This record gives sequence, structure tokens and C-alpha cells, in this order.
Amino acid sequence: MNIHEYQARELLAQAGIAVPPGVVAATPAEARRAMERLGVPKVVVKAQVHAGGRGKAGGVKLADSPEQAERLAGQILGMKIKGLTVGKVLIVPATDIASEAYVGVIVDRASHSPVFMVSPAGGIDIEEVAAKTPEKIFRATVDARYGLLTHQAMALGFRLYSDVALVRQAADILQKLYRAFVDAGASLAEINPLVVTPKGEVVALDAKVVVDDNELERKPAIAALRDVAAEDPSEAMAREANLTYIKLDGNVGCCVNGAGLAMETMDLVKYYGGEPANFLDIGGSSNPEKVVTALRIITSDPKVKAILFNIFGGITRCDDVANGIVAATRQFKVDRPLVIRLTGTNEQAALKILEGVGMRALTDMDAAVEQAVKMAKGGAAA
Amino acid sequence: MSIFVDKGTRLVVQGITGRDGSFHARQMLAYGTPIVAGVTPGKGGQKFENKVPIFNTVAEAVAATRANTSVIYVPAKFAADAVFEAADAGIKLVVCISEGVPVLDMTRVFPYLVERGVRLIGPNCPGIITPGIAKVGIIPGQICTPGPVGVVSRSGTLTYEVVYQLTRAGLGQTTCVGIGGDPIIGTNFIDCLAAFEADRDTKAVVIIGEIGGTDEQKAAEFVAKKMTKPVVGFIAGQTAPPGRRMGHAGAIISGSSGTAAEKIAAFERAGISVMKRPADVVPLISSRIRGSSRMRKAGKPAKQAPKRAAKTPVKKKK
Repeated sequence: MNIHEYQARELLAQAGIAVPPGVVAATPAEARRAMERLGVPKVVVKAQVHAGGRGKAGGVKLADSPEQAERLAGQILGMKIKGLTVGKVLIVPATDIASEAYVGVIVDRASHSPVFMVSPAGGIDIEEVAAKTPEKIFRATVDARYGLLTHQAMALGFRLYSDVALVRQAADILQKLYRAFVDAGASLAEINPLVVTPKGEVVALDAKVVVDDNELERKPAIAALRDVAAEDPSEAMAREANLTYIKLDGNVGCCVNGAGLAMETMDLVKYYGGEPANFLDIGGSSNPEKVVTALRIITSDPKVKAILFNIFGGITRCDDVANGIVAATRQFKVDRPLVIRLTGTNEQAALKILEGVGMRALTDMDAAVEQAVKMAKGGAAA
Repeated sequence: MSIFVDKGTRLVVQGITGRDGSFHARQMLAYGTPIVAGVTPGKGGQKFENKVPIFNTVAEAVAATRANTSVIYVPAKFAADAVFEAADAGIKLVVCISEGVPVLDMTRVFPYLVERGVRLIGPNCPGIITPGIAKVGIIPGQICTPGPVGVVSRSGTLTYEVVYQLTRAGLGQTTCVGIGGDPIIGTNFIDCLAAFEADRDTKAVVIIGEIGGTDEQKAAEFVAKKMTKPVVGFIAGQTAPPGRRMGHAGAIISGSSGTAAEKIAAFERAGISVMKRPADVVPLISSRIRGSSRMRKAGKPAKQAPKRAAKTPVKKKK
């Protein structure tokens, strides 16, 4: 789950990290009052949206009066960045910056551990720094049973600063960042940039935290940070039903169990000359209700001309899926042709259920995909 | 022979009375898997299906039945503790089927297992099957048949698809392993490739990967450097759109965006024959087994040539 910058800043502040004050605004008038409240001569107006590259998209602007803050907020609010609408802006004081560093912690697949990465060359071009001058990125692997040890944090601090007073501040921030990372159940927490003010204080200017969805059940306070309005509506509906859905531009609606097979189904639709309308994984252990929701989501896309079910039963039982398809056709009108491919666990029971209502199912994936692509083309021509 | 699961397997099922656990325990029994015990706290002393003794703890189950392998079907929030419990009870192979295990839990589980010499498969995986001998997990038994092909995959249902294609063409399997698609997993591609390389009955290996991460690229390096047996590979997600990625750390740490094209190129460089779609596994495996010097009769040949043969040229190992 993604959370906004202002929420990530709050998590860091709760962990004791120095974060400059900031005020969230949902309207231009609120942005104006926010600047008045902050009482500073210059502020930055920052779009709060779940996408990277905000600055480059025009979602981060400098204002030197409350009137200008109001005007800029008016431009940024409602703006679309990578397909997502900006609903809130964060107003923060513009800070004098002596240096910009990057610090982040991520769960690393290769070392099976949280790994810290720091670089004295932080800022918006950090990925380029990593690609072109990897020697400027320094790492430390954490044994999750003990956390980031003080000597590790100090060693990373010395990679960022030479003044030991700054090193101690950075080390303290890194250990607090690790605590915030664990407490939030995050898979990523980063501060970019981490800056030194002219007074010699190390401060977190921007923060990003990505929460592991699997943690939300046991962390209700973190789950409550979800901003449904900032998500794509059909993706949000799918998530509530425990489905994974990503809308695409084609006309063959896909409903599949398992992410790998779902991706492969899209690949195969293309292979046979069609275009997938979506990625949709109903997951394991599916119940009929999930299938009903999946069909609701797929049929709500007007571009869809044919719907392809590709189910290979393992922990998912084919009869559950068949019952779901039948239930859906009773609850609402499924007015697009269905091509159903079912095989694996409880396949025979599923075929009987479908035959009972006059539906057919195939057992071969290639045949089913080919047929769905053909039907989608026929539908488009009609 | 086979890898990880064989005639010596004595299985304990953790969570044997739950919805998924009981369903799949029955399926495993029907397949002939030697299930010697089940564990559900509070149900110790009862029997599952009137024959499998249930214990309150894994330690009791091991003491009473000499179980050496465990399979876990408990809800995700209890899964990490179930793995710790199995390891503490002396189990050496733990297969965790549970989906949705928090990744930070896995960062604590992994070093604990390494220190104790315990192999974990998963979590969030379909498990292992050694056709004709035993299945540990949820891979449908009827789609597998004994034979010379080893299969290792990050995916669940996509594995079934490929195995099903092999079986229909008369190409059986030594062992099929689903390692799981989570960020942190106990057993990776390389562990399985090394085991297949050492298994004398495995004549060729199928590796099924997906977009994301760099595990496939590392597996390709291993194949190029350490494997003598032919390998056929597949990458799912060739048409997947790039996601709305957040944060920089992911790109910094891997130095790679993990696209299908990158992975396919790594496979081809390593001499792995790449399938364009699952059905291609049959002609590619057939020709690689025929081409291999350690050739052995590989079951019945395919009844009919597939309509669309793979366009990827079959590369001979140097």
C-alpha cells in the first residue's frame, strides 16, 4: 500500500526524526491559510499523489506569498500525474539547503534482509547516480532479529558526512528510520533528500513509505492511512474483494487464478493477435463471491468485447469458480460472450455445474485464448 | 530418484483441520503421500480421516511419528511461527503454502533456518510433487506423471499449465517444485537447479520465471557455469505494463527493472532454450533431451507435432 508524503512524514516524526512543519490542504483557500499559519516568507506546494516524478510533472512549485500559494494550489489540485488525480497538496517552508543526501531501507530479495542504502549525492537524480556512479551508493545489510546496530549506523553516517556531529545525527536518524520502517510494516522507507540546514541540523525534507499489504490486518492504524480517493476506482473495488486488477487498453477481459498464469494469459492473448483489457488475478482459495465481483469489474469496462476465464485449479477449486459464474449471470446481465477454460481441482464438478445452465467449458488454454480473441474481434466488427 | 521429496518422506501437516489444510491433506492422502501426523493446537489426541493422529505441537508429532518433513497451511499471520516451530522440532524440510505472509516476518525466519540447516520451500508456493511417490502441497496430482524432466517455478498455476503440457505429451517429471513468488523465499532457483543437476534421473530441467527482481538472471549465470543438463526456460509477463513504481530504492538495489526482455536475453546467453508460450515446452524439451549426450528413453513421444513450433532457435550447449 502506498501512503502520501505527508503521512510518511508523520510516521517519521512519531519515530523522533526532525521533520520541518507542514500543512495539508485540499482546496486553494486552505493552501493560502496553510502558508499564513506557517508564517514563513517562502513555501513549497507539493502534490500528494501515489506516483513518482511529481516535480518533473509540474506538481511541486515554490510560492512567496499566501496569494501565490493559493493560485499554485489551484493549478496543482485536480491535476493528473501518471493517470492519478491530485486531491491534496502539502505546504512546507522552503528550506535553505547546504547539502542533499539519500537514505533508504528496503527489503532485499537477494540477501533476504532489510538493506540500508545511503548516498551523499541525494536529490531527484538519485537513480541516475546509482546507475552511473554506483560507487557513491553505500549499503549495510541488517539482521532483522537485531535491527540496525549502532556501529552500522555510524559507519553509514561517515559515508555521508565528515563532521562527527553530523554523523551522530545521521546515525540517530537511520536507527529511527529503521524503527519507523518496522513499526509501519513497510517494505520501503526512504528520505530523499536528507539535508543539512545552515544551522547544522540534519533534517528529513521528503519521505516515502510503502507498506507491505500483508501487514495491514495486524496494523489497523497503518491500514487507516489508506486514501481510497487517490487510487484508481476499479482497482480499489478489486482490492476490497481481495482481487488484483490492473486495467489495460484492450478488449479481451481476462479472469485468471494466479499472477503468473494471469500474466501468461495476457501474453497469449497478444500472441494470438488480441489485446488484453486487464490483468485480473482472483488469487488462491477463491470463493464464488470473488468471481461475481471479478465479472462485475470486467463487465464495467465498456471496451471489453469478450471475457476469458482461464482457471487452473490447485488451491482454487474449479467448482467454486463455476458457481461464481452462474451466480453472476443470475445477479446481473453478462452481455458479453464468455469463453471458459477450467482444468485441475474439482474440474468434473465444475463442468457439471456449467452444463446444468447450458454453458460450455474448454480444457485447453491455447484453444480458449484463440477463441476469445476471435470473439472479441467479431464483437468489435458487429 | 527425485529432489527434496522421496520414499523416505514422513510428512506432518500443520493446520490439518483448517479449510485448506483438511481439503489438501485428503488430496495428499489420496495421492499416496505418507502423512504420519497432523498438528492443530487443541485437537491433540483426535484422528484425521480416522487414520492420521493429530497432535497439539509439532514437537509431539515428531517425537511420536519421526516426521521429517512438514507442510504448513495455517493462516498467514501464524505462518512464521509455524515455520519456527517446525525448525525447533527438528524438521529439516518445511514447505509453507500459506499466502500473504508479511515479508518482515520472513526476514527473521530466514537467518534462523540457515543457522539450523533447515530447508524452507515457499512461502506462498504450491509445494513439491515427486510424481508417483508423494505430493507435499497443492499441485494437482493428476496432471503429473513420473519421468525425466525436473521443473522449478516461481509461479503456481502457470507451473501446472507447463507440467500439464509435458504430461499430455508423455514427458514425465522427476520432481516439480514451486518455489513461490514472494520477495523472500526459503529456496531459490539455484538451489533447485543444483539439486536437479545432482539427481541422476533428471535428464532436463524446465525453469519458469516471471518479471520482477533478478533471480532469473542469477539462475541463468548458474546454468551457464555449473550445469551440464539441458535447460528450457519461460518468462511470464512479456506484455505486462510497467507499474506505477514508488521510491527509488528498488531500482537502486537491483540495478535492473526486471523486465521480461532482460530475463529472456539472460536465458539465451546462458544457452537456455526459451519458450514463447507454455505449449512450446514439449518440442523444446523433446529436442534438448534427444540432443543431450546423457540421453535416455523419455517416455512416449508426442502424438502430434504442435501447430506452432517455437520460433526460438534451439541452442546447443558449448
